[in-house]
Amino acid sequence: MELPMRYLISLRRFWGTALATQLEYQLNALIELLAMAGNLAGSLLVLWLFYRQGVALGGWSWNAVLVVLGAYTCLDGLTSTLLRPNLSRIVNHVQEGTLDFVLLKPIDSQFWLSLRTLSPAGLPELVVGVALMLWAGRRELGTLPPSAVGLAALLLLAAAVTLYALWFVLAATSIWFVKTWNATEVLRAALTAGRYPVSAYPSGLRTLFTLVLPVAFLTTVPAEALLGRLSLAGAVTSLLVAGVALAISRAFWGFALRFYTSASS
Amino acid sequence: MRWRLARTLWLVQFAYMAEYRAEIALWALSGVLPFIMLGLWSAAGNGTGLELGLSPAELGRYFLCVFVVRQFSVVWVVWQFEEDALQGRLSPYLLQPLHPLWRYVAAHQAEQATRLPFVLLIASLFFALQPQAFAWPGPAGVLLGVLAVGLAFAINFLLQSLIATLCFWSERASALERLLYVPTVFLSGLVAPLQAFPPELRRLALHTPFPYLIGFPAQVLAGNPMGEGQTFDLAAGFAAMALWIALLLPLLALLWGAGVRRYSAMGA
Repeated sequence: MELPMRYLISLRRFWGTALATQLEYQLNALIELLAMAGNLAGSLLVLWLFYRQGVALGGWSWNAVLVVLGAYTCLDGLTSTLLRPNLSRIVNHVQEGTLDFVLLKPIDSQFWLSLRTLSPAGLPELVVGVALMLWAGRRELGTLPPSAVGLAALLLLAAAVTLYALWFVLAATSIWFVKTWNATEVLRAALTAGRYPVSAYPSGLRTLFTLVLPVAFLTTVPAEALLGRLSLAGAVTSLLVAGVALAISRAFWGFALRFYTSASS
Repeated sequence: MRWRLARTLWLVQFAYMAEYRAEIALWALSGVLPFIMLGLWSAAGNGTGLELGLSPAELGRYFLCVFVVRQFSVVWVVWQFEEDALQGRLSPYLLQPLHPLWRYVAAHQAEQATRLPFVLLIASLFFALQPQAFAWPGPAGVLLGVLAVGLAFAINFLLQSLIATLCFWSERASALERLLYVPTVFLSGLVAPLQAFPPELRRLALHTPFPYLIGFPAQVLAGNPMGEGQTFDLAAGFAAMALWIALLLPLLALLWGAGVRRYSAMGA
């Protein structure tokens, strides 16, 4: 019981200091808020361009497709809050040799690299995403059964884990390539496909987004769970994908470290 | 003399950029958004009542051209300038008998030249997968397309330089770039051809510079129909581009002049 406690205490310290630093930049927070509102309005505009002509993307109704957008917004918020501030620093640690100091700390290096800091700028997006999911889900179904909300929350968490694992593996390749800012940029661009339900794409892309890049499991599956349309097999697959992805990221980090020859050697 | 200066500047920047080919290839790949949107629009156009005024082939060509236009009009001067200003590198640049912005122009154009092979590769891959979308626009069409892309780059560069110039007042001008990015994505024709906009919104968008950054040059490059009853008119489009440049250029000169007078290098 002592070990998890130590990690929890560290986490509180990490995020406490990160928040204190970030609160210095209040104007930045306002601009981030405006950018988020603009992005959301733009996404709604694009969806409306389809629906005003009576085109239902992949057969999803307007409210149902908003649930998908909500899930995407939520994950995007998570990206800005945790993934980008932490994982994009791995490259710098490798380049400047400060990874040595991280490895020497008496704490798991993957834990430290993944959760060291937090950027509150993405938090409003997280909240708005969840609110949009619940609001649109209620408009679609009338009432939301608690079991559906619970399953959706669980699968959204699984989606977050999958997203994290993908991003971490890409960032960890910087041990070999040293420069991988752009690799994560490619990932981010490809993941914007998750703004829309996966069935809205032609069959080739649909296969790509299910089997190669798990876009389908990131946003479509949690939305389906909330709307009570998800089969048991779909839910189990999503959880399996998350578990396997996390295990792979863990194993990959161990493998990558074997090739790390610190900065001075 | 001028010519030699420009040539040297460009060659130096090209040698620098060519060192980072792999990085630039990845940047090129990160522009996949038009292809995702093409998937969405073409699937939505299949058998449903979507009224676009573009045939499937024209739609495919349009989004490919959006990709190409974006590759050659991408501007990152804000980040570079912010870094140079914060780290004090700007001071020696200001002393040289060359406007510092020209250095960035050369860097951008050199980078575009290194992008060319990747763009050609992706375009040929696209046409191999979708041969029905291919149409040779003819020499005049290519020339007009290149001109439109060049002007789009000029407008984008001026807009972004305006924001970069704000670095003289605020140390974090790149945050403002995030705000400018929102209409650049949604009003430019990057995610949806302007034909899909309702008429009022389209008219509003056409009064901003954004459709001329991507939508209009992509239509020209794609050789899609223009003129009577269409979203864009060839002559009017080019006139609008010229007008935006004529408007932004003096504004930038004014702001730059005021900024430089205010500039006191870090620690000076």
